[in-house]
Amino acid sequence: MNNPQLDADGSLRHLLSIDGLPKKILNQILDTAESFVGVAERDVKKVPLLRGKTVCNLFFENSTRTRTTFEIAAKRLSADVISLNVGASSQSKGETILDTVNNLIAMQADMFVVRHAQSGAAHFIAKHVPAHIHVINAGDGRHSHPTQGLLDMFTIRKYKPELHNLRVAIVGDVLHSRVARSEIHALTTLGVPEIRVIAPKTLLPTQVEKLGVHVFHNMDAGLKDVDVVMMLRLQNERMNGAMLPSTQEYFKTYGLTQARLALAKPDAIVMHPGPMNRGVEIDSSVADGKQSVILPQVTYGIAIRMAVMAMLAGGQNGGQTS
Amino acid sequence: MNIHIKNGRVIDPKNAIDSQQDVFISAGKITGIGTAPVGFKAETTIDASNLVVCPGLVDLSARLREPGDEYKATLISELQAAVAGGVTSLACPPDTDPVLDEPGLVEMLKYRAIQQGLAHVYPLGAITRQLQGKALSEMSELQTAGCVGFSQANVAIADTQVLWRAMEYAATFGYTLFLHAEEPFLAQNGVAHDGEVATRLGLKGIPSAAEALALASILRIAQETGAKVHISRLSTAEGVTMIRAAKAQNVKVSCDVSINQLHLTEHDIAYFNAHCHLKPPVRTQRDKEALTLGLKDGTIDAICSDHTPVDDDAKLAPFAEAEIGATGLELLLVLVLKWAQQEKIALHKALALISNHPANILGIPAGDLATLKPADICIFDLNEYWQINPNNLKSQGKNSPFNGLEILGKVKITLVNGQIVYQT
Repeated sequence: MNNPQLDADGSLRHLLSIDGLPKKILNQILDTAESFVGVAERDVKKVPLLRGKTVCNLFFENSTRTRTTFEIAAKRLSADVISLNVGASSQSKGETILDTVNNLIAMQADMFVVRHAQSGAAHFIAKHVPAHIHVINAGDGRHSHPTQGLLDMFTIRKYKPELHNLRVAIVGDVLHSRVARSEIHALTTLGVPEIRVIAPKTLLPTQVEKLGVHVFHNMDAGLKDVDVVMMLRLQNERMNGAMLPSTQEYFKTYGLTQARLALAKPDAIVMHPGPMNRGVEIDSSVADGKQSVILPQVTYGIAIRMAVMAMLAGGQNGGQTS
Repeated sequence: MNIHIKNGRVIDPKNAIDSQQDVFISAGKITGIGTAPVGFKAETTIDASNLVVCPGLVDLSARLREPGDEYKATLISELQAAVAGGVTSLACPPDTDPVLDEPGLVEMLKYRAIQQGLAHVYPLGAITRQLQGKALSEMSELQTAGCVGFSQANVAIADTQVLWRAMEYAATFGYTLFLHAEEPFLAQNGVAHDGEVATRLGLKGIPSAAEALALASILRIAQETGAKVHISRLSTAEGVTMIRAAKAQNVKVSCDVSINQLHLTEHDIAYFNAHCHLKPPVRTQRDKEALTLGLKDGTIDAICSDHTPVDDDAKLAPFAEAEIGATGLELLLVLVLKWAQQEKIALHKALALISNHPANILGIPAGDLATLKPADICIFDLNEYWQINPNNLKSQGKNSPFNGLEILGKVKITLVNGQIVYQT
């Protein structure tokens, strides 16, 4: 079975999922992103790598943050950017995904950044576009959100460079989380030796341990001596129903407080993909505390997205000369 | 017309025949095996040297999409597909549009099918009106109109009181209920087996327990009411164990498995292959092996194609949104042959699972070559390779997880009522 993300020569053609990407490519993306972090600190925050290219943000599911960071990333690479909230337009008129995509290809789009509520949507689009078009998955259902996974790895590498010596805990709604799946695949591929997931049974998928993680239902036990705490967002619609009785009870049992964080290593970092529910999964004092790297995550997210776009459109080294 | 089929390897599982014999047909009926009836003079002779001559196949579940879904497939296209696959009798589930819950619809379908003069069509009427699981349909009227049994297609009867009444009512008249065992709440919005692959791909799962829970209710109520039930498309190892136990307790239950389940597992979904979006979902290697074992020891009685033609557009969507189903009428025989070869199952035993066994479940005069039975016959070449691909399929549905597979076994001639209805 051919990996749909890679060309015949093993180079990156689409970014659809971390699952199935070799370590070499992950490191290449992270290294390329490193060179883009500096761009943001210049007076002129632009490089001409994607000049003349059109990047199309195709969001079948609403998002502000992810769409904005992709937009900024594309603009810093000098691309023309179109952002479409398709959820609100064609789809409601009954147009199929492929019709929407093909229309945009006819308008000379070169790259698609896709978000969709269904798992596999980005794979589906990638399978049906012509060879010169690149697809970046910006989140598909519960499946994957690879740029989030990558920016999380970039952040961890910044603060904890010895990846092969880390203990990482992922806390919260793993069942519905494409972020958790991407993080788990990225961590295992990069050789992080101990990955824990902490959640009630209702928020864990079947056989999650087969992804290479240790399962904890007790927050205190799970946080003990970890180097990195990765919190997940709890979607509003899961909060009061058959999954969880109440946000109060959830915060009591799985919310990250200062007292709980004290169980982790003293220099442990706290991460969150945003947007946060303060007082539901994370206490404000932790979110804004000195161990939090939540805002740097956002900053690095732009560098990661620039790196991915540059690699896809401009060849393997992202067109960078070092 | 008198037809003489000579030099073929005749396999008639029901009558324990597997040898080179000649078959003689007069006026649409089989009139002799081995020896010609007195005064027989052939008008047509078919040379079946190096070919297998067996009863026309019987399929327990084939969607023809009429009435209502003619853009997916038509009666003509699918009956042509049937005979191209050697299938001469098929039962069709009631999930058409409108639902087969009115005698007039059944009569029309029967009439239109007979007009084609291809495979025999045996409709399964809806157990409940509109398949809503609430009020019973007019089973007796539907039976008079041509239904050979009653089914809910893929829709569950969630209310056990209704299920109980349906079984009591069916048992009153001796009708068989065809039920797909899936507990609807646990299976809600599920699109794949709840296991390793669904977890990795982020697909909503249907746990194996959904089948076990539904089976527990169905089998218990069948035992209480004495109703005859047929479990359509069993999918789990636990399900096989439960049926085995129920049969040992003399519950009047039979069951089948879809050919897809004998060849595919959750891993075939790979990168969201929408052709593997099936109902029931393809499950694990362990389930697959248990289903084969169930067929070997007689727990499972038959194999069906679960033929579900889907138009290309309906499959062109992300996995969960892609319409459920795979085409199967033309693949039933070859996929059974492949399975039998892999599992070292004798040819006559494999053919029984798609001829006399399903005929017996439906209670129809088909599935064997006894004298004076309708001359429904499939003649195939065991040794001819062909490739499964959209160009080689007559069905309007080109949706198959097996597209691209090179496969052994080719139907050469199909006869229905002593008429050659398909020939290559």
